Amino acid sequence: MRDMKRITNALALAVFWIAGLTTVVVLGAVILYVFVNGIGHLNLAFIFTKPHGVNAEGGIWPMIVSTLYVTGLAMVIVTPIAVLAAVYLAEYAVQGRLVRIIRFAADTLAGVPSIVMGLFGLALFVEGMGFGFSVLSGALALSFLMLPIVMRTTEEAIRAVPKFIRWGSYGLGATKWQTVSRIVLPAAMPRIITGLILATGRAVGETAVVIFTMGTMINTPLFPSDPGRSMTVHLYQMAMEGINLPAAFGTALLLMVMILFFNLSARWLLRRNRRMQG
Amino acid sequence: MSHTLAEHQPGFVPTADPSVKIAVKGLDFYYGDFQALTDITCDIKDNSVTAFIGPSGCGKSTFLRCFNRMNDLIIGTKVEGLITLDGQDIYAPGVDPVDLRRRIGMIFQQPNPFPMSIYDNVAYGPRLHGMKKKAELDEVVETSLKRANLWKEVKDILGRGGLTLSGGQQQRLCIARVLAVQPDVLLMDEPCSAIDPTSVQKIEDLMAELKSSVTIIIVTHNMQQAARVSDETAFFLQEVMGEPAMLVEFGRTADIFTSPKDKRTEDYITGRFG
Repeated sequence: MRDMKRITNALALAVFWIAGLTTVVVLGAVILYVFVNGIGHLNLAFIFTKPHGVNAEGGIWPMIVSTLYVTGLAMVIVTPIAVLAAVYLAEYAVQGRLVRIIRFAADTLAGVPSIVMGLFGLALFVEGMGFGFSVLSGALALSFLMLPIVMRTTEEAIRAVPKFIRWGSYGLGATKWQTVSRIVLPAAMPRIITGLILATGRAVGETAVVIFTMGTMINTPLFPSDPGRSMTVHLYQMAMEGINLPAAFGTALLLMVMILFFNLSARWLLRRNRRMQG
Repeated sequence: MSHTLAEHQPGFVPTADPSVKIAVKGLDFYYGDFQALTDITCDIKDNSVTAFIGPSGCGKSTFLRCFNRMNDLIIGTKVEGLITLDGQDIYAPGVDPVDLRRRIGMIFQQPNPFPMSIYDNVAYGPRLHGMKKKAELDEVVETSLKRANLWKEVKDILGRGGLTLSGGQQQRLCIARVLAVQPDVLLMDEPCSAIDPTSVQKIEDLMAELKSSVTIIIVTHNMQQAARVSDETAFFLQEVMGEPAMLVEFGRTADIFTSPKDKRTEDYITGRFG
């Protein structure tokens, strides 16, 4: 009887262990595969030169610029709106039906398939507002995708600031706005920035939205009205149209490095903050 | 918010006794439909320490928060009756709770320094109220930390985060932070329940020093502490669950602890319940 228990216990442990290991193995396999195939192609020339020739030999500089440009612009658009909305939701709004509806809408918006958002961006920004295939259209559509994520993480960050710290501020004769702007937002800032960085990581990896709104033209955009091609779109075309598979892997590897960089900096920020407060 | 007594005496309510800092008359307090306090009347004397004692959940902290209108921040609360500070009805229309809280500082159970430097913690209040000059701020920070008996320990580390201090130091930092806005009254809501015994001693000594310039009201679970630090003691009790709590007895601390008039007070201080 006692043996049975011990065996069950060991079995359960093994099952959990295997399940956990699977996650790591899948991640490892993906990274390794992309790394092995892409590393040979990844060099300074690949990063800093333009593609040329029928098979898009050469580098992917225009795609890197387009990607960072559209993501950066989307961040500039989304940050103030998302943060202000979150402050309203967490600090000012009477917690009732309206707030629940807004929150539910945000969560649903976050779950909308990105290709639907792309289609919407095509109809609204590219066609409706006449921005054409451009960085601006892409950034606006991307900001729709990022808005609910940034808003919700910001709201959580604001709520995570302990009540008794606010009381300390009110107790000194601070108004609500003074308390929010001088105590709550600075205290929540590391987590807000972390949310922003993670959303940026998602935006960098986004394909469906930008293909519909920024277009596919290989171009180094200067103005927001210029079209461009994101790294993800480039990767898709290189691979699916069989033009240049090594370049596709090189692009994929660089993308992963960029996203890894975003995630690591988010972690670093959170850690540094915890150390400073502890 | 309704002001049953204040309505026909808007603003100024003269009190006979100039030594009375805060006067409370017929105060009722509600959380929504639940009445938490009923018919509380007492006078808090100037430059003294008044202790509020009683079992958990008897409304001491709720009552304390009435004095700086902190309860206004909780939705659905309602105050009836009269509280005056220097003869001025603090719930009168036109009284800004933000201004009031500047005059009536508060220390909380959990030390709550802001996540910023020691200096900025103390300078926070003065800055809120418009002080900008570095020299003035330096002066206020130093004076306040000295008054809170923390200056010697932190004078070389003013730039360090307030949260890096020990619990007891954090609580004294919070006291310095409150003193920096020069309040007349200091409300302390179980200020020693979350810190170590050595620090408790320091804070009790501090209260004795401060009371010459500030009127102190302290909520405490610790009866020995009430006996040690206070001049007057108020005993609160909620006799029946779901019914409002009331002020059972209020008087000089020495009298309350040696010859209480009410049987319930006696039972409580001798440890028969609570």
